[in-house]
Amino acid sequence: MRWLQDPILDVQHLTMRFGGLVAINDLSFQAGRGDITALIGPNGAGKTTVFNCITGFYKPTEGMIALRKPDGSHMLLERLPGFSINWKAKVARTFQNIRLFSGMTVLENLLVAQHNSLMIASGFTFLGVLGIGGYRKAESDAIERAKYWLDKIRLTDRADDPAGDLPYGAQRRLEIARAMCTDPLLLCLDEPAAGLNPRESHELNALLLSIRKDHATSILLIEHDMSVVMEISDHVVVLDYGTKISDGSPSEIRSDPRVIAAYLGVADEEVEQVASEIGA
Amino acid sequence: MTAPSTTTTTAPATTSADTVVPVRFDFAAALKDSLKSAAIAFGLSIPILAFKTDQSGGDIFLTPRWGLVAIFVSIIFGVRLLQHAFMATKAYRLATPDPHQATEAVHAEPNAFQKVSRFGIPFFLGIAIGFPFLIYLIQGGMNESRYWVDLGILILTYVMLGWGLNIVVGLAGLLDLGYVAFYAVGAYSYALLSTTFGLSFWICLPVAGILAAFWGIILGFPVLRLRGDYLAIVTLAFGEIVRLVLINWVDLTNGGAGISSIPRATFFGLPFTAGEGGFADFFGIEYHGMQRMIFLYYLILALALLTNFVTMRLRKLPVGRAWEALREDEIACRSLGINTTNTKLTAFAIGAMFGGFAGSFFAVRQGFVSPESFNFLESAIILAIVVLGGMGSQIGVAIGAVVLVGGPEVLRNLGFLTAIFGAGFDPNEYRLLLFGAGMVAMMVWRPRGLISERQPSVFLKERKAISSAHVKEGHG
Repeated sequence: MRWLQDPILDVQHLTMRFGGLVAINDLSFQAGRGDITALIGPNGAGKTTVFNCITGFYKPTEGMIALRKPDGSHMLLERLPGFSINWKAKVARTFQNIRLFSGMTVLENLLVAQHNSLMIASGFTFLGVLGIGGYRKAESDAIERAKYWLDKIRLTDRADDPAGDLPYGAQRRLEIARAMCTDPLLLCLDEPAAGLNPRESHELNALLLSIRKDHATSILLIEHDMSVVMEISDHVVVLDYGTKISDGSPSEIRSDPRVIAAYLGVADEEVEQVASEIGA
Repeated sequence: MTAPSTTTTTAPATTSADTVVPVRFDFAAALKDSLKSAAIAFGLSIPILAFKTDQSGGDIFLTPRWGLVAIFVSIIFGVRLLQHAFMATKAYRLATPDPHQATEAVHAEPNAFQKVSRFGIPFFLGIAIGFPFLIYLIQGGMNESRYWVDLGILILTYVMLGWGLNIVVGLAGLLDLGYVAFYAVGAYSYALLSTTFGLSFWICLPVAGILAAFWGIILGFPVLRLRGDYLAIVTLAFGEIVRLVLINWVDLTNGGAGISSIPRATFFGLPFTAGEGGFADFFGIEYHGMQRMIFLYYLILALALLTNFVTMRLRKLPVGRAWEALREDEIACRSLGINTTNTKLTAFAIGAMFGGFAGSFFAVRQGFVSPESFNFLESAIILAIVVLGGMGSQIGVAIGAVVLVGGPEVLRNLGFLTAIFGAGFDPNEYRLLLFGAGMVAMMVWRPRGLISERQPSVFLKERKAISSAHVKEGHG
């Protein structure tokens, strides 16, 4: 129950309404520091909306999203402007439909991710244009870091190819590497295993476990692939119609009747039983 | 509870190798087809060309013009035959991009003529630097080369404007239809500062750039929340507002009459005058009016190269990469902590700054500015230069400027065509027609511009150009 003792992300009473549609209804959950937390639920349950609220693409209608830094200080994500969530609060994300800079090379993609630190090194462009200051060194450091991630995702050979040329699985890995280049405390992955074959999703598991082990990065992921969810996650939160229906370790979730009902529906007898109880 | 694991495998990218069948030149077939074309041309020319009605007194009688028909038919025959010959060559295959290039990402690799040759840049730079001397040698005299040097200055002004706009449109992907506003701000800055306060060109040049950049930011703030077509319309409106303010604020700008007698630029304090203390006097050479022209030519060349140098430099800095990333995907940029508003504003400001430099050069060259020099057509031409050249490609934009600004001038010099089409033929009247035809041809064969590849800003092992199929045009 690490998520209750030392949460990195604390979501309280989060509600998101789009006009009359309530996409998320009074959702509260915690994600533990150093945990891999999975957010699961049937299609349309509001998982991606939760992600968009956490990463600043939507401003929640109600509620609080607090990120706890290692030193114990809080940052309220719902109050930060969109780009600061990555830069100040150190929350990185990937997208359900891959959003790489397809016309830029793989290496450039990883350098764009290090924009803010390079921007400071180049004296906010003023020193960089004149060729003074430590930009050259900072850039070679950034390339070193990019190389480290390229080795990790096995794309070093394709570093100078356009990102749009990569096969699908490699694009997914590159997007994760790009998010990791921003040096995040919390990495939010929106369906990282979608469209991967069993071997690729097995590799993804290994990559995510090594990210957690080596980089002090906690992971929050949305996933439909149960082989990924059950194998690597420490904590599962289940959403249905915008409300939390279950929260616990993978083994608890696996046997929770509400989760099974949400995914598979309930038997006809039960429906009849409930119908007779309410006198319909 | 176990959901079935997804077993969708990504299909391997099917890159069916284009089987290049060598086309043999079938002379007999080509000859037959050319004869057919010539026969059709002959048939058509009988009612159109063969007889001319001449009036003599009250009578009208037909003058046969069989010679003209013969020339016409033989031209058709020859051109058709040459076309067949050319279509059989390897050069034709290389020069014809795949028709899918405009719409699809597959089979859309740039071909040989869409890439920059390794000799291209030194060649163009050499021509640009040696241009006044080449013209002097060809025309055989200072006075005779005046027109050509003037044309060179005009082309380089548009090269510079194109490079400036390329930052906004080509790199950051923001469609700006009001770029001429910043050109106007630069021109009027110099005109007003020099005529009112007597400041020299060399002080006004940076001031004009800064003022234009300032107006770029002023424009940027309200409009950067808009995207695509809406952004284009608002920038268009901004360009018109600036022009209308220049016309109507008569107290400051002298309205439509413009500002005249703007001081000329000096060569580090030496004016280009005939008398004592002038440029010619100082260097002990004979005074000639062309000295000022050649000085202006090298001034705009230096300014254009400065624009190019700064742009190339910026592309390798984080801000330049952020511009290109913004063009590719704005949402991903935001998720990576890039302040998209500031990044767009810097693109607007820096693009506007170079427009301002070019504007103050325009004012010093003309010695006169009026609002009519800054109408929408100018913006459209500058944008056309960027789009024709290939968005984001520096050399492409330079070629685009030469074609679009220099091309119409060439038409003035096609006097020999009167020998074919009769004495009343003026090629200049067909300027816009040819312009339009050229644009249509571009859309068919070069939908992504003359140079349609992107050079990466950084590389690990080797620099590979990126096909335009992957590069997005931007929509914000």
